[in-house]
Amino acid sequence: MDFTTFLWTTFAAFVTLATFSFLYKDNPFYKFAEHLVVGVAAGYFVIILWHNGLVPNLFRRLADGDWYLLWLNSTMWWYLIPAILGALMWTRFSKRWSWVSRWPMGLYIGISTGVAIPLEMSNRVSKQLYATMIVNPQNPGIDWANFWGHGGFDLLDVASGFSQVLIFIGAVAALIYFFFSKAHTGIFGKAATFGIWILMIGFGASFGFTVMARISLFINRLQFIDQEWIQHAMNPENMVNGSHWPYQLVFWAMILVVVGYMVFELVQHFSSKGKAAPAE
Amino acid sequence: MINFFDRLMRLDRRWIFLFLIVVCIIAYVSDFDVPIMPEREVETIYEFVDSLPPGEIVMIAIDYDPNNLAELHPMTYAIVEQCWRKNLKVLITSLSQNGPGMADEALRSITDSLAETKTYNGQVYEGREVVNGVDYCFLGYKPYFALVILGMGQNFRLPFPEDYYGTPLDSIPMMQGVLNYDDVACVIDLSGGNITDYWISYGQNRFNFPLALGLTGVMTAQYYPYLGSGQVFGIMGGLLGAAQYEKLVDNAGLARDGMRVQLPAHIVIILFILVGNIGFFVDRRNRHRAEGR
Amino acid sequence: MKRQVPLVLVLLFGLFMIFQYFVPHESSEWVYEFLLDWIYIIGIFALALGIWSLYVVSVDKVKTRKHDWGYSYVTLAGLFGMILFGFTARHGDEWGWYLIFVACVLLTVIMSVQAMAARINKGLPLGLAGLFLLGAVLIAVFDDTWSFYFYTQEGLQSTMFRAFFDYIMMPILATIFSLLAFFIASAAYRAFRARNLLASLLLIAALIVMMRFFPYFGENVGEFIARVSSWLMNVPNLAAQRAIIIGVGLGIVATALKVILGIERGYMGKG
Repeated sequence: MDFTTFLWTTFAAFVTLATFSFLYKDNPFYKFAEHLVVGVAAGYFVIILWHNGLVPNLFRRLADGDWYLLWLNSTMWWYLIPAILGALMWTRFSKRWSWVSRWPMGLYIGISTGVAIPLEMSNRVSKQLYATMIVNPQNPGIDWANFWGHGGFDLLDVASGFSQVLIFIGAVAALIYFFFSKAHTGIFGKAATFGIWILMIGFGASFGFTVMARISLFINRLQFIDQEWIQHAMNPENMVNGSHWPYQLVFWAMILVVVGYMVFELVQHFSSKGKAAPAE
Repeated sequence: MINFFDRLMRLDRRWIFLFLIVVCIIAYVSDFDVPIMPEREVETIYEFVDSLPPGEIVMIAIDYDPNNLAELHPMTYAIVEQCWRKNLKVLITSLSQNGPGMADEALRSITDSLAETKTYNGQVYEGREVVNGVDYCFLGYKPYFALVILGMGQNFRLPFPEDYYGTPLDSIPMMQGVLNYDDVACVIDLSGGNITDYWISYGQNRFNFPLALGLTGVMTAQYYPYLGSGQVFGIMGGLLGAAQYEKLVDNAGLARDGMRVQLPAHIVIILFILVGNIGFFVDRRNRHRAEGR
Repeated sequence: MKRQVPLVLVLLFGLFMIFQYFVPHESSEWVYEFLLDWIYIIGIFALALGIWSLYVVSVDKVKTRKHDWGYSYVTLAGLFGMILFGFTARHGDEWGWYLIFVACVLLTVIMSVQAMAARINKGLPLGLAGLFLLGAVLIAVFDDTWSFYFYTQEGLQSTMFRAFFDYIMMPILATIFSLLAFFIASAAYRAFRARNLLASLLLIAALIVMMRFFPYFGENVGEFIARVSSWLMNVPNLAAQRAIIIGVGLGIVATALKVILGIERGYMGKG
């Protein structure tokens, strides 16, 4: 890793630790990192919209025209229409003219909702219903021959007839639970109760996965700090003009900042103890 | 005893944070390996990609922001590397706002490593170069992913007249004769948000291409019905899914490494749940007793 | 005019899109492709609105001296810095006056905002802004180690643009999200209680999913837990999520119909 990259990585490590300091409490380092990333991300989006959006989809298509003729002499002049419609969106900032922005908005809303109706209906409703009950090559009906599992009694066999029946009953029961137009009493109520059990198991599985997901985000940061930063700082093969000490210097300076801030906070904490209750 | 649980329940949460950090760091520096057993839904993705003949195009949608890089970046590395090793071509889009940077970073770090040492993570690419436009094509970003997915079903050139780097699609060797989803072997969507819904509804549902998903753990459970209905041929969920894929392609990366820490962290969380519940039940029993008196 | 035209547009294009799905004729395909093509361009303009709002809010914060207004300069510097990097690229490895140019531009921005915010003595920041602007222009004209690229994508591959993404955006965004690990740990400690049967079901399912890769139980029990977890995911979870998907699907279709028919008009705002 060359020294410039190492300096950048050190800065990345600094903002990482600055963000983690929020776990103790809100502080200037965290605020700096947070505000910085908001700005940089917005700037990044400007550039991506420009270079990946406007340039290839609009400017290049109008490029054979002349800008002083407002590209009307371009062979693809009709791309000016969406550009004008897009520009009308900006009337939002004027109180008087903001109603004009509803035209392109209406166009967009019309297209996106019109597209959604048949596709969402077939995807979320029909295909899921097919998969639940209709016999087709993908779902060849209830497997009565292996109702209690393939090769002997096995309730945990996901392809057994029992599991298929359970999926059917579970899905119907959960749908019944969501059906509020009829009071949940009698058999209907029992089905709704079974439905909520199934839903709870589903949410539990989701929750187990969520715990895994959140922890892994933290693990990634640990890996970054160690593998991208500490290991490079300690690797004697990394050198500037034949010496390794600049890496060490930058590294320990950073550590000094971190430890210094920790000590500062601790001193503050103990000197203010008794004056204010600890943060919950 | 009552006092102990009472105090335990009122513990400042920063002690809990500190405990988790310490456990994770200890686990990270200690040397052990967690055995990874690939699950069926991950194996199907590996087998599908592995069975493709050389020259086929695998489309990878890198639809995640840096927020989710922990879980999804290892998947990107593993799949892209597997495709190149198998001489498959990779077509990449990224329809998430900060996704282009993620794709750019992943492509750069693999190609840079291959250019310098002819190896990536232990995999040797002797006598072969990975070339932009021949082995991969990065289409870039366009807003409104639902309509972009529909547009690509007509023609990739509709939303993407040029690739991310500004080369017209028609002059990219790999894209010659590649019109729409009919010309790609499969789409693998690595996503950290609801773009996945649109890849299923507007993509697979409408154009019937084979679709596999790489998801963050938070989302994984929600997409199993599509596995059941046959619309999706595989799901990789979270870091464990990524680790399983890394094991299958024999390319141990950050996910395999991270599972070492995941294990004790899960134990800590389970411990927290247990302690919290014991405290809860002790407290409830005491209250019942007090009321009984 | 103000309300009818958008409603008609929504109805017209909505119905056309539904019609096109069921009757994919050559001419309707042609219109369909045109509309898709146009929407991307309209969308870009619409998304730029959000960025303009960020700028306005940041400047406003400085003007009204709201809490933490000083950090707004950090946001503005990040915003303009990143835009600058995306539009410029160096010709080779030489840095030349590039970084000084960037500093000049950022100081121009900061001084202009300062001038906008100042109640008295506007002259000093305004003068400084002009001075920095002059410096930036002079460097841009005379320094030939780098150039502006507006119509080609060199900026996307420039060192600084990539570095800002790799070493600022990636670590901070990833770290902000990783804070959730700690909040879920704290929630596990305080909130997840087996209060009743339903909560117990949720907890047990969660514990099994969390334990499915534990190597401590020996081969038999370990495999059993993994199979239970796989069964939970593929059977009860699938049934539950399927019910949710069907419910959400019906909801989406109903809302979309309401929008097309002009019953739901929330997207138009007030006025």
